[in-house]
Amino acid sequence: MRADLSRFEVVRPRALDEVLVRLGEGGWSVLAGGTDLMVTLGALALPPGRYVDVWRVDALRGITVTDDAITMGALTTYADVQRHPLLQVEFPMLVEAARRSGAAAIQNRGTLGGNIANASPAADSPPALLAYGAVLELHSRAGTRRLAYADFHTGYKQTLRRGDELIARVILPRRAAAAAPVAGGVRDGVVDAYRKIGTRKAQAIAKVGLAVRLELQGGVVADAAIGAASVAPVPLFARTTAAALRGRPLADAIEAAVAAFGDEVTPIDDVRSSARYRRQVAVNVLRDVLAAVSAGRTPVDSL
Amino acid sequence: MIDIELVVNGRSQRVHAHPLARLLDVLREQLGLCGTKEGCGEGECGACSVLIDDVLVNACLVPVGQCEGSRVDTIEGIGADPRVAALQRAFVDVGGAQCGICTPGMIVAASALVRTRPRATPAEIRTALAGNLCRCTGYVRIVDAVAQACGAGESEGGA
Amino acid sequence: MQDGFVGRSVPRREGHDKVTGATAYVDDLSLPGMWHGVTVRSPVARARLLGVELGEGVPWHEFAIVGPDDLPGPNVVKLIDTDQPLLAADEIRHCDEPVLLLAHPDRAMAERGRAAVRLRLEPLPAVTSLDDALRGDVVVWGRDNVFREYRTAKGDVDAALADPDVVVVEGVYETGAQEQMYIEPQGMIAQFDAERGVTVRGSLQCPYYVHAALVALFQLPPQQVRVIQTATGGGFGGKEEYPSVIAAHAAVLARKAGHPVKLIYDRVEDVRATTKRHPSRTHHRTAVRRDGTLVAMDIDFIIDGGAYLTLSPVVLSRGAIHSAGPYRCEHVRIRARAIATSHPPHGAFRGFGAPQSVFALERHLDVIAARLGLDPAALRRKNLLQPGEQTAVGQVVREPIALDRVLDRALALSHWHERRAAHEAFNRSTDGPLRRGIGVATFMHGAGFTGAGEVHLASVAQVQAERDGTLTVLAASTEIGQGTNTVFAQIVADAAGLPLSRVRVGQPDTAVVPDSGPTVASRTTMVVGTLLRRATASLRQTLRDAGLLPAGTGPVDPEVFTQAVARYLADHEQLRGEARYEPPPGIAWDEKAFRGDAYASYAWAAYVADVTVDLRTAEVRVDDFVAVQEVGRVVNPVLAAGQIEGGVAQAIGWALFEQVVYRDGRVANPQMTNYIIPTAVDTPPIRVEFMPPFLGDDAPSKGIGELPMDGPAPAILAAVQHATGAVPTAIPMLPEQLAQVLQEAQS
Repeated sequence: MRADLSRFEVVRPRALDEVLVRLGEGGWSVLAGGTDLMVTLGALALPPGRYVDVWRVDALRGITVTDDAITMGALTTYADVQRHPLLQVEFPMLVEAARRSGAAAIQNRGTLGGNIANASPAADSPPALLAYGAVLELHSRAGTRRLAYADFHTGYKQTLRRGDELIARVILPRRAAAAAPVAGGVRDGVVDAYRKIGTRKAQAIAKVGLAVRLELQGGVVADAAIGAASVAPVPLFARTTAAALRGRPLADAIEAAVAAFGDEVTPIDDVRSSARYRRQVAVNVLRDVLAAVSAGRTPVDSL
Repeated sequence: MIDIELVVNGRSQRVHAHPLARLLDVLREQLGLCGTKEGCGEGECGACSVLIDDVLVNACLVPVGQCEGSRVDTIEGIGADPRVAALQRAFVDVGGAQCGICTPGMIVAASALVRTRPRATPAEIRTALAGNLCRCTGYVRIVDAVAQACGAGESEGGA
Repeated sequence: MQDGFVGRSVPRREGHDKVTGATAYVDDLSLPGMWHGVTVRSPVARARLLGVELGEGVPWHEFAIVGPDDLPGPNVVKLIDTDQPLLAADEIRHCDEPVLLLAHPDRAMAERGRAAVRLRLEPLPAVTSLDDALRGDVVVWGRDNVFREYRTAKGDVDAALADPDVVVVEGVYETGAQEQMYIEPQGMIAQFDAERGVTVRGSLQCPYYVHAALVALFQLPPQQVRVIQTATGGGFGGKEEYPSVIAAHAAVLARKAGHPVKLIYDRVEDVRATTKRHPSRTHHRTAVRRDGTLVAMDIDFIIDGGAYLTLSPVVLSRGAIHSAGPYRCEHVRIRARAIATSHPPHGAFRGFGAPQSVFALERHLDVIAARLGLDPAALRRKNLLQPGEQTAVGQVVREPIALDRVLDRALALSHWHERRAAHEAFNRSTDGPLRRGIGVATFMHGAGFTGAGEVHLASVAQVQAERDGTLTVLAASTEIGQGTNTVFAQIVADAAGLPLSRVRVGQPDTAVVPDSGPTVASRTTMVVGTLLRRATASLRQTLRDAGLLPAGTGPVDPEVFTQAVARYLADHEQLRGEARYEPPPGIAWDEKAFRGDAYASYAWAAYVADVTVDLRTAEVRVDDFVAVQEVGRVVNPVLAAGQIEGGVAQAIGWALFEQVVYRDGRVANPQMTNYIIPTAVDTPPIRVEFMPPFLGDDAPSKGIGELPMDGPAPAILAAVQHATGAVPTAIPMLPEQLAQVLQEAQS
């Protein structure tokens, strides 16, 4: 449908400061790559008002690498993520999430910052960002603050971002790269597994998304982090499930973790799937991933 | 409303539009380039695929304000590239177009692939076209056409 | 005709324009002074309409506004019945029913107007399921919510079912609604002029359906109503009957506005308001001997017609006729009912009732095969109709059918026996999450209108010779992607003995072309193609009779032809060949008894699907698909294969992805992001093969457009049954539904 654009005011600054000045005035919303907002506009569901288009703010672009972290500007697209050689090596779940977001045209335009700010529980990159312990850098005229991404989503489409703040960067702390599975089971090292069960094979919205990172020492789970999509009102950081794994031999902890996950997810019925299916599949897929790691199999990707 | 300068199919254009106007509507209604189609208006069907600075996008999701100073290439212009012309011929010969409404977007999306991956496999072709829905062909002949053009583009490029 | 064009894959005629973006579809057209129309619709399924209020803040004086009282003629959508209004007047009978029409010079302002209209509604109880409709507590149509019922029987079904030597197998099978999801949404542009009448251009399959609707509405002489088809971005049946509504709406707005009006549906509106495939439920009770011989079939077939009768009786009829399949069975009883509900009317969609009833029967045969421990292919082979035998409605097919050869070819191409064994071995030995299976369906599809339909249509097609020696095809059959332009040119070129380049096929325009019937029912190549061949022959005959062309039916030197035409046109105003439909001799259909020769010809097919099932997610992937069919002579192999491939993909969607979610009678997933059709990554390679025609190389062509919609869904579900042992009985079978079926099979 054709929206009445006369009710929308748009500024298109190039300088980050100018964005922050507008946001500081209150009443301004942010437009990035447009892949969510323009859909809402077309459905006549975008609230008329004032929008800051940040697409041309160069300070929000680019991926920089230091010894400790990879820092991605908020306007980093899914295509940028897929192309980055170090992300491919060290953060394969994020790369896979980017590869599974929409299709090529969306990946060229959709941004990490937009994906996070939009706060859809079905978004593909948040589970990976959660499992990797991402940190968000928010800028405002009052200053800059960093937040653990795991704390960012507080309720359905609710976040800790204040109206005067802009998500400027996403920071991934660098850790050991994930190891390839070895025969006889992974005993030491880091394992990543990303799964997306969508409405179809491509150009799909997740019915269940899962990002699992395990750090193993002598067959014991030294650390675990699990992010999940479409199984809660927010991108879910499955703390209880991870706790059920931490400090225990993986082989012994699988059933407890799977049970914890079944309790931790709170999926709903909607037009895309049912709560029952989502819960069952989330549990099945987690069990499958953990069992495969434990047995040293490459987990068979879902169809 | 603002004035926006952009280069469309190699020609400098100045359009007067609201910055949130969809690139799709500006192309179709102000520039008369109706080869770019609207199938869904939400970035699902790919019928409005165009290239902005050689990057494939859905013109229904791009606010024209973000195109300032950009090159925009549409179905009306991309055939100037011989690799794309070969792709268009292959679509006709192999039967990749039926009703034709998805075809311009399909060819724009395929052109992005043909230019960057001249030897794409059928699986790569299918992935590259996953954002372009076709309801007529079952995709069989679309994939064949792109595969054929990939071969043709390669040999032409090497000649 | 070895050197002719028929049988060759000549390239699509309008292909170049389509791949360069030059083809103009309705939304690409603009007329001077054109306004934009929108439709105000009901948000509820059933209500009394108490009033319509125009809200504040909208410059209503700038609008053209049309309600039921502003129509120039009867407030009726002219189809089989007259129950459906163009605009709801006092009672709303389904969600998204049109109530008020608005037009404004500015598209966004038209939209603002639509949002500002308030309907005062008094809710009435609605019927939103087949069960509710059959229970009849709330009656929304007639006395019992039954639009139409057909019954037919042969033999003694009750006695056969009671025979102690047979096994009786019973089952209930369901299919869901399906959205056509052509990529071009529906739309029309109308002009009105008090003297010249009404002209409508738009996306449509059947120019003369729209023409008839406008003649009835405007009460004008037929020549004052002109309907022009614009390039049409897919139809699949969805642009068969509904375009009459949009054309009428655009035309009454144009009359009121005094300006041309463009009325384009956006995707959500199109999905919510326009027709979909009829949901169905089929109850089978079958008597079968232990060796697999079918003895008796008792079939109860029900479809959900929605709120108005529209085309449901015809869909029902085709579904019923196909419900017993291409099988020999002595005792058959069929009861078929089209039921009224408060859903938006369901309508034409590729296959037209047959995919629903074929799904049920083929699924049921697999259930029978499993019960008897027979190979599903062997069970089918045992019962395939042989030459001289009768279908369920008593038709003796006159051609030397050899469906067993079709089946054999499909089994060979798919390596049925090897893969069946390999999959079973894999499934027994694996401890992983994947299972594999293979399934088959055998079926037939009658082409053309059912029974005496073609006689009633009395289609006419013409070929006109131009002064430059070219021929122009004059037919109302539309190119909607299926290849009409190309196939007609091939047929006419061969009949004329001229090169393809000498034949023109124009866009159908009722001011120019005769009524060659609607572009539906797989009839275009078979029926209208035959008319064009005869019309061309008749044109040649005219030139021969005038002594301008030598005798014979072979190739003609184009220059000789051009001179002959020029000489003829020196003495005559025009040169046309014309042909009118004539039924094949000896064809008889008894509509009352629902028996006889249901179709002049049938296409025959055997499809095999090979699948993998993921037990963790209940996802199904179709790995390989084989489609073998006998369709008479294939006019253009590339275009024909494209029809089969596209139909198979659409049927895969129907089987595994496409679910219309109705909530309180309204489509809850009207977007492409939540009504899921397959992408290039979701469709398998599709291997298509056409059998040599049963009647030899010069056999007539049969219709093929709908055929591929019938077989894939049952073949895929059969493969899933083979893979998992579970017995799914309903489609769409999304992972959510299969997960439940798998769970029930376990417990």
